[in-house]
Amino acid sequence: MTLETTRHLKHDTPDTDRRLDGMAQGVLGTDMDRPEGPLKVSGQATYAAEAHPEGLAYGYLVVAATIGRITGSNAQDIMAMPGVLHVVEDERMIRNAAQGMAGKSPIQKQGQVWYVGQPVACVVAETFEQARHAAQAMLVTIEPDGTHVFDPESPEAEVETPEKKQLLQGDFEGAMTSAAFSIDNNYRTSSMSSAAMEPHASIAQWDEDGAVTLRGSYQLLRFNKKELADVLDLAPEKVRILSPYVGGGFGSKLGLAPEAVAASLAAKALARPVSVVMHRRQVFETVTRRSETKQRIRLACDAEGKLAAIGHENLVSQLPGEVFSEPVAQGTHFQYAAPNRLVGHHIARIRRPAAGSVRAPGEAVGVTAFEIAVDELAKKAGIDPLEFRLRNVPDKHPENGKPFSSSTMEATLREGAKRFGWTHTAPRQRREGEWWIGTGMAGCVRVNSMIEARARVVLTGQGVRVECDMTDIGTGSYAILTQVAAEMLGFAPAQVETVLGDTDLPPASGSGGSFGAASTSTAVYLACMELRERLAAKIGVKETELTLKDGHAIHDNRKTPLGEVLDDEEWRALGHLEPGKAGQDVRQATWGAVFAEVAVSDITGETRVRRMDGTFACGRILNLKTARSQCHGGMIWGIGIALTEALEHDPRDGHMVNRDLAEYHVPVNLDVPQLGVHFLEERDDWANPLQAKGIGELAICGSGSAVINAIENACGVRVRNLPATLDQVMEGLISQD
Amino acid sequence: MRAFDYLRAGDTAEAVREGSHDDTRFIAGGTNLLDLMKLEVMAPGKLVDITRLDLGGIEETEAGGLRIGALVTNSDLAADARVRKGWPVLSRALLAGASGQLRNKATTGGNLLQRTRCYYFYDRGEPCNKREPGTGCAAKDGMNRILAILGTSEHCIATHPSDMAVAMRCLGAKVEIEGTRGRREVALDAFYRSPGDTPHIETVLEAGELITAVILPAPAGGRQIYRKVRDRSSYAFALVSVAAVVSVEDGRITQAQLAFGGLGPMPWRDAEVEKALVGEVPSKALFDRAADILLAEAKGHGGNDFKIPLTRRTLAAVLTQATETDQ
Repeated sequence: MTLETTRHLKHDTPDTDRRLDGMAQGVLGTDMDRPEGPLKVSGQATYAAEAHPEGLAYGYLVVAATIGRITGSNAQDIMAMPGVLHVVEDERMIRNAAQGMAGKSPIQKQGQVWYVGQPVACVVAETFEQARHAAQAMLVTIEPDGTHVFDPESPEAEVETPEKKQLLQGDFEGAMTSAAFSIDNNYRTSSMSSAAMEPHASIAQWDEDGAVTLRGSYQLLRFNKKELADVLDLAPEKVRILSPYVGGGFGSKLGLAPEAVAASLAAKALARPVSVVMHRRQVFETVTRRSETKQRIRLACDAEGKLAAIGHENLVSQLPGEVFSEPVAQGTHFQYAAPNRLVGHHIARIRRPAAGSVRAPGEAVGVTAFEIAVDELAKKAGIDPLEFRLRNVPDKHPENGKPFSSSTMEATLREGAKRFGWTHTAPRQRREGEWWIGTGMAGCVRVNSMIEARARVVLTGQGVRVECDMTDIGTGSYAILTQVAAEMLGFAPAQVETVLGDTDLPPASGSGGSFGAASTSTAVYLACMELRERLAAKIGVKETELTLKDGHAIHDNRKTPLGEVLDDEEWRALGHLEPGKAGQDVRQATWGAVFAEVAVSDITGETRVRRMDGTFACGRILNLKTARSQCHGGMIWGIGIALTEALEHDPRDGHMVNRDLAEYHVPVNLDVPQLGVHFLEERDDWANPLQAKGIGELAICGSGSAVINAIENACGVRVRNLPATLDQVMEGLISQD
Repeated sequence: MRAFDYLRAGDTAEAVREGSHDDTRFIAGGTNLLDLMKLEVMAPGKLVDITRLDLGGIEETEAGGLRIGALVTNSDLAADARVRKGWPVLSRALLAGASGQLRNKATTGGNLLQRTRCYYFYDRGEPCNKREPGTGCAAKDGMNRILAILGTSEHCIATHPSDMAVAMRCLGAKVEIEGTRGRREVALDAFYRSPGDTPHIETVLEAGELITAVILPAPAGGRQIYRKVRDRSSYAFALVSVAAVVSVEDGRITQAQLAFGGLGPMPWRDAEVEKALVGEVPSKALFDRAADILLAEAKGHGGNDFKIPLTRRTLAAVLTQATETDQ
């Protein structure tokens, strides 16, 4: 049997070896194509719903149209419909998707409907069409259970104010009163959906030993496995989840969702494989959305623009019983220096569908509103908003005094301004026909972290295999893990096979919170280091004296094929990363600056983004193409937050009104100009031995404010309720006439 | 989707005969009907496929106009050189609608008959008089940002979603219809019905009647503009759109044909507005007066109140552009 050794790292201290800088293969950091790309674009990558095991039956979810207690259904009539095999009406069905990293079942139904759109049953039939038709014919009787509140700002809303999430430092009110300049405004962001291209889908199949295999579309497999086991009351070893390809996540696939549970229950009952694909509407409804926010931001500064007070009080919404609440002020705690600080966090328990983590929970909406407020104060103080920000760069964490692992805020602001050609101008100065032209900018910030991850690396003379349950949600995991292994062990990427998305493989981090690349790459790095050490020991040199390149070991002016060193055996190593004090002793973050130019119609209030340019510092860049692509996505969503995206909830029952991709407006190609993305590559030794940091979320954390600030600069209209739909801008224009 | 019978009609007579049965619908591009059937907002028991009928092609008429076959796709119609030259407002309106993929599939006849995009019409959990007569209108007190301000009734405030039909109404198009009792032509002006207390009946088509063509009169000349205002740059329905054909001679407006999308249950045209413009010297005051006439009966429902000032401003901008002397 092949010897597998483990290299473990508890990441307590900065790693200053920077071993990657000493490698020779030269593939890391390049814009290498995704190895699985050809499969995806030629339809050969098998997404969750695309497997067709023998005997497959099809399930379709039934969702509730009203709130209350379930008293009965016409399931018997449904069973008599053509092709219908089974109706799942099981107490183990889940109310909504699990929160990210829950690792246990979300609230199960208990005969209760908490929100309109909650899954209450699943009809299974021989064909998809039969199941869908029967599901649409299913009537679930729901007895109303009183009146409910649907608007988080309603005076009737029950509002929680968790003590741990409030902060008061210094004399906030005093500083507000005595400051040279101050602002006090309410900002609002809308309820939003991840709207990933691939809807949630699961195919469940049980074996004779009572174990279930689920092909699903999920982001965090090792957690999802525990969640499904908990729902079904199984030992986790009895659950296997396969997610080799995931068509977009953005947080929506962090937690186990209702279709996986329905498929598992139905497959068990029927003793045959069952597929459940959610309708687009059901994805919107049953998978967690981004909470709408109301943010009262108060800022004060002295005559030179030095911030004296920062206040950020926010109201978010959530269904009763959910632990998560949008951490709006996560970036506010450290983005800017100021001695007097106030943070308030309030949660309205209302009956809109459940809220949860959506790309960059916290900063995506918190930094966006805050960076509008900063622009407003800079304007009031008569200072260039770029200069204003530069005057308030913190030199340490402003609340707890911890050092920053690296501080690139100033560098990204300066470099970004240079690349964009930033000059500060007064509003309403440029006009092209009916269009007002203006520019705006904003800082971006996002916390950086890792979570525990394991990965196996198998080395032979012919190449390398990387194995773990990491997911690739379109982000480029296959590419970067391939590159890390290729770089460390000296093979061309084509000789590296990366196998992901299977819980039978070592548990990696999964994809979420921008921690995936750093965490799982570190696990792969550790396994590779283990193999390098073993190779060095076998050869009799120090690891640092060993060069691995193109399948050869090079040392002491000798070049040996790796197969010879390995005696044609297969060597295996497991890398195991545990986050440690390095994540706690300092504040780790990624920083950026985004600049935008917009045109605003003086007639209709329509806004067109004409230019957008972002400069970001996210540690070592592992793959230039996938990194850039992540920033493009973040900036585009920034445009969406600023201009187009809003899930509308009916005021009478909270249901999502525009729950499809025709009416929930994500930006289309024509809304997005050529985007500039630039990286300030840094080596943050606190981050991990690769010096790689999260990149998936940073660009969404503030990009939208650059657009909003540019609208103000263009036409003088300040929009505080996002998105800045044309009617809001038009009304502002009318009031200026 | 309910299981349905399917018949591919061999000729128009067969289509009309089969289509006249209850619970039967014609299908061509299917870009709207299939969505509605999947949601069971519409659940016909039988579909008569008309795509093999000889209803394609664009021909010039003796009157100097065009006869556009009902099966001509939106893409083909928009790209037709004659349309682009003589009826550019139509080409522009078509290209402002939907997406490239949808325009490749959607047909001329089907476009005229597409259903409203009112959220509540698409939601079987909600009351909707258009979907289920007598159940009420959830939109009036609900989310109605995208809905109508003109020509509504207490029973329905839905808009007609088409861009193409707005340009066609502006151009004075006629609809050619084949039925069991023969062929007839109906002006687009008289094709759509006001919702009243029967919002589920949207046109004057009778059971089995099939649109076979749309007939455009001879080129109207003038400046032709289609301006569509919407929530994103593409792939969104009009909040307000204006189709305009306007001529100015010796400083006075000699021709003004105007139709509007996003405002009413049908592409909207108001003869009084046009009458007020013709013979006058273009001015901001004149355009305001035109808007006053157009919007005299306009009624917002809260979420769509903004359409009233938006229409006024968009109309003024279109008329300004159409009457500028320095182009």
